[in-house]
Amino acid sequence: MACLMLGPPSLIVLSIIVFPFLWNLWLAFHKVRLLDLRRLAWWKLEATLNNFIKVFTHHDLWPALKATLLYTTGGTVLALLMGLGAAMIVHSHFRGRGLVRGAFLIPYIAPIVAVSFAWRFILDPRGVLMAGLLGAEILQEPIHLLGQRPWAMFSLIAFESWRYFPFNFLFILARLQAIPEVFYEAAAVDGATPLQKFFYITLPQLKLVLATLLLLRFMWTFNKFDDVFLVTRGTAGTRVLTIKVYDFLIGEFNVGAGAAMALILFGALGLFLAMYFKWVMPRAEEE
Amino acid sequence: MNRESIETRVLQVFHGVGLLFFVFLVAFPFYWMLVASLKPLILLAMNPLDLWFSPEDLTLRAYKEIWLQFRFDSYFANSAYVSTLTVLLTVTFATLGAYTVARLRFRGRAFLSRSILVIYMFPAIVIAVPMYALYTKFGLRDDLHGLVLIYLAQTLPVAIYMLYSYFKTLPPNLEEAGLIDGCSRLMVISRITIPLSLPAIASVALYTFMIAWNEFLFAFLFLDSPSKFTLSRGIMQIADNINVSQQLLMAAAVIVTVPVLVLFLIFERYLVRGLTAGAVKG
Repeated sequence: MACLMLGPPSLIVLSIIVFPFLWNLWLAFHKVRLLDLRRLAWWKLEATLNNFIKVFTHHDLWPALKATLLYTTGGTVLALLMGLGAAMIVHSHFRGRGLVRGAFLIPYIAPIVAVSFAWRFILDPRGVLMAGLLGAEILQEPIHLLGQRPWAMFSLIAFESWRYFPFNFLFILARLQAIPEVFYEAAAVDGATPLQKFFYITLPQLKLVLATLLLLRFMWTFNKFDDVFLVTRGTAGTRVLTIKVYDFLIGEFNVGAGAAMALILFGALGLFLAMYFKWVMPRAEEE
Repeated sequence: MNRESIETRVLQVFHGVGLLFFVFLVAFPFYWMLVASLKPLILLAMNPLDLWFSPEDLTLRAYKEIWLQFRFDSYFANSAYVSTLTVLLTVTFATLGAYTVARLRFRGRAFLSRSILVIYMFPAIVIAVPMYALYTKFGLRDDLHGLVLIYLAQTLPVAIYMLYSYFKTLPPNLEEAGLIDGCSRLMVISRITIPLSLPAIASVALYTFMIAWNEFLFAFLFLDSPSKFTLSRGIMQIADNINVSQQLLMAAAVIVTVPVLVLFLIFERYLVRGLTAGAVKG
């Protein structure tokens, strides 16, 4: 019975996630080009390290790694802070609170193609943001926010946090609502001020959810492709590692090098996952 | 004034300002999208800061053009087909799978829940290269069903996890009563468990729909022929055309956004509950 009911999902996941992953391993160690794929007698190929040599000696690997770390750290931390701020605001009671809570999730659920194009136009040198800044005489000259270093990276980080703060917001808010009211009442009896309550009760209570979100979002942002590709196209210092996978695969038709690059990303993911299982999960299960 | 009341006052101000800030930040891009799709480009280019709706300026021309001349009707139909099929299959498989994990005892349960988590965290780009190679080899690349298969693999683990945490909260007595009265397992599931779990199932359906409808990477990589494009892929095609105006693209963006937004507004309550149930502690 259990086999029958779990069969289809397991089969799909095995064939779409596990098997491709293993095949990716094989591809990374062989010289494979896109055009060979259909007629390839793949069992005849010899293993090679050339793909890794190519990836590691590629002229912009280190800039790409630096851009990835900057984008990931910036995007993760800012999205987390914004999520915390938004959750604190919505946690207190006011009229229309339910409505606001729903509305805050919209950047996260809206299609990425739609919001990325809208932001591209809004941030354009001739767009509404520049018109506003020039009109208010904050700027004398328009800035090409998506095509100029270091602004492209800043804009990308801002976009990332705009789009993903709702995810953090949702989980932080749920945790906030689970903090027992007696904690605050006891603190009030002791004469704690609102800020003291925040730092000595709320933050410690949120520690676990914040750590979990930090790690999860770091992992996902590290491996994010869509957002970077659609917002900056990987230009002006925003060519992150995932864009390089795409460049190898589509730009150079080099499946082997793309696979090697993806494998390196996967290695990083494995590291994060191990951290999650070692530190965050046991504590979460304790609570 | 003592420290307490100063802090309270300051926090109140922060609170009000923060609320306005977030509401503006969230609403503005969507409002702008709508205005830019309805207002002629010339007016917006002359004065980018004038974002009011004045009825005499508005025109639905961009919508008509994108729908009729840029094959958006066909992209829309493809997206709807892919998303609906993914939702139906995910909900069916996930209900059965989650029920099994929650109720039936079998070996390897702990391993299973851990693998679900691993796959939940698995980012798309890591399987993009091998799937591209695989689909090219087996001729599934330019095929909407190939996409459905990928979306299933991406949504099933989370769907099973969400339903599993919900099933666990249902009292087993009801089902046992059904079993004693001579119902089979499948009858118990369809007559007792599913009706009780409709809110959770709705949230899974909405979650799956959003993933499938919004998905960009695989649709962009795999689909080659315009007759098979989904909306995500179709917009990229339109954007590559240099003759396409900002107004046209924003009309396209509105069309892509509206179905997700409407479903979200209807089912928001369920989604929020489903997403946070168990996930905070997982």
